[in-house]
Amino acid sequence: MVDVQFRFRDDEAVNDSAVTVGAFTEQTNATAVRIEPGDDARDLIPFLERLRLIEVNFPAWTDGRGYSSARVLREAGFTGEIRAVGDVVIDMLSHLKRCGFDAFAPDKPLNPVDAQNAFDRWDNVYQATADGRRPIWALRHTA
Amino acid sequence: MYKYDEYDQQMVDTRVAEFRDQVRRRLAGDLTEEQFRPLRLQNGLYLQLHAYMLRVAVPYGTLNSAQMKVLGDIADKYDRGYGHFTTRQNIQYNWIKLEDTPDILADLAKVEMHAIQTSGNCIRNISSDQFAGAAADELIDPRPYAELLRQWSSFHPEFLTLPRKFKIAVIASDTDRAAMRLHDIGIKMVKNANPENGGGEIGAQFYAGGGMGRTPMIGPMIREFVPLDQLITYSEACLRVYNRYGRRDNKYKARIKILVHELGRDEYVRQVEEEFRHLLTQGIEPPLAELERIKPYFADPAFETSLSDDLDLSDPDFRLWVERNTHAHKQSGYVIATVSLKPVGGIPGDASADQIRLMAQLAKDYSFDELRVTHAQNIVFPHVKKADLYTLWQKLDDAALSTANLDTVGDIIACPGLDYCSLANARSIPVAQKISQRFGSPEKQAEIGELKLKISGCINACGHHHAGHIGILGVDRKGVENYQLLLGGSEGADTSLGKITGPGFDEDGIVDAVEKATQVYLSKKQDGERFLDTYRRIGMDPFKEAIYG
Repeated sequence: MVDVQFRFRDDEAVNDSAVTVGAFTEQTNATAVRIEPGDDARDLIPFLERLRLIEVNFPAWTDGRGYSSARVLREAGFTGEIRAVGDVVIDMLSHLKRCGFDAFAPDKPLNPVDAQNAFDRWDNVYQATADGRRPIWALRHTA
Repeated sequence: MYKYDEYDQQMVDTRVAEFRDQVRRRLAGDLTEEQFRPLRLQNGLYLQLHAYMLRVAVPYGTLNSAQMKVLGDIADKYDRGYGHFTTRQNIQYNWIKLEDTPDILADLAKVEMHAIQTSGNCIRNISSDQFAGAAADELIDPRPYAELLRQWSSFHPEFLTLPRKFKIAVIASDTDRAAMRLHDIGIKMVKNANPENGGGEIGAQFYAGGGMGRTPMIGPMIREFVPLDQLITYSEACLRVYNRYGRRDNKYKARIKILVHELGRDEYVRQVEEEFRHLLTQGIEPPLAELERIKPYFADPAFETSLSDDLDLSDPDFRLWVERNTHAHKQSGYVIATVSLKPVGGIPGDASADQIRLMAQLAKDYSFDELRVTHAQNIVFPHVKKADLYTLWQKLDDAALSTANLDTVGDIIACPGLDYCSLANARSIPVAQKISQRFGSPEKQAEIGELKLKISGCINACGHHHAGHIGILGVDRKGVENYQLLLGGSEGADTSLGKITGPGFDEDGIVDAVEKATQVYLSKKQDGERFLDTYRRIGMDPFKEAIYG
């Protein structure tokens, strides 16, 4: 298993090994699952209560389906760990975080300074997404 | 026009810093070209045949003079003294050095400009009607809605690695001047026709799945009316369905038009509506107050009232230009004037640094500081006092900018083609130049009248050949450039796709074929018919006979 390089959670690390979505929906006791780009994250919604970890795999960072998967899960109320795994690169980090990812386990470890710069890059944001940040339009119209 | 506040400026400045960092990592070898490519593309930077090309965004085609002047200065400082206005209402520079690009972006940021998402598989620069805010026939100014969408689509974290590029156009008049239905999403601002929902209020009509490229399609309507306080939420639903289900196995089948086509319009609509209902509960819509904040930036300039509509047309050259290159303005005493960047024998859409700066100055002096870029690669002065029009024309004439050929056979749209583009199969520019010379005389152009001719140097169709009354497609035939002829396309309210006449031609042959097609039109046309009307009435056969017979 690849190491988690960045984690933005205070709870205990989850080390359960993730099963595929197909295997997960057939067995009842797994607490970690891995979503591939072609999987429908909504299939997991009935089971969110007992899941501690959802890994979202990026076989290639240019395939952006995983961003939608994470948001779908957060919008459905999932509060456990959503971990980006696979071809995770520096330039995705802030966007992944905005979509609800809170742990990152890149295949190739990232330069920590560049990664920190990427996480800290955007002081403000234009959209309301899964990270709960107040978008610029909300700041403009503060009552 | 829109002015950045501290937030908008901060976003653009942050992007410059981010890109500077990406270039640093590339030059230091931390990023391979393969890794860097998608990143530079999202900043409008392409690697072409001979050099880097930088595409600068002109949101909804609107510019002020200070911005236009900087575009001229960049052409001098970083390029070879000219720029190329594009079919997406943007400008691109063809001879850029990678190490200069962060500085260029910084220069642009000083005048509230950028190159964000002008390429790559993301939501591109939002285009609009080049006559927005000036046209006599518009319902409202579409640009506040385009600006709202610009902010929403900029750095949208979920939609930066879509299956393929994504283009949105917003219009607000029945005369579609933005080829709205040939976009991934086309939005037409309309009045609610349904009295049960109150009726009469402004909202957005959505079309999806239009596009050109190798599989041209006209986008079907997917929702008759989206209320203004759900505009962003509905757009997000359209994009999310596409991001999740658009094809990623074949880049030529990855545009949303293929998804809409394969699912069928109704199934796509069903999925979008389901996602829309869900997203409405998520609080992602900016308040209407945000639209109200944006709108005043697009308020009418201080037009003088009770001005005369008289024009002295005794100068025949001026008269010809007025007839061809001006349009009715909503305010009496004013007119919309278009500068053709299609001089006889020239490169469509190119302008020199001096010409760009001159147009900037003229906009300041005669058009309330505003200019527009058109998707037909021309420049518009949207608000010219009729009393100033002759003076404006004389100054344009002195700078070789007074070509009177708007929407005629000389006003050719052409992609950069094999002279610049690494994707092209054939050259477009020399064909455009030859046709423009063949039909160079004003008499000939006047006789033929409106004829939209569009040339692409490969099937990606950047030159919009499917939508030309006459379209030309350059292909590679066993190592030789070959040009196919299409007839009957249109991009207006009556959007249609052109059909191929038959076997292709060499470079001179295609020019002859175009001329033969115009001869058929001239011999068959009935009163008031344009080339396109005659073609639609008599069909392909008479043209084929003349061309191949």
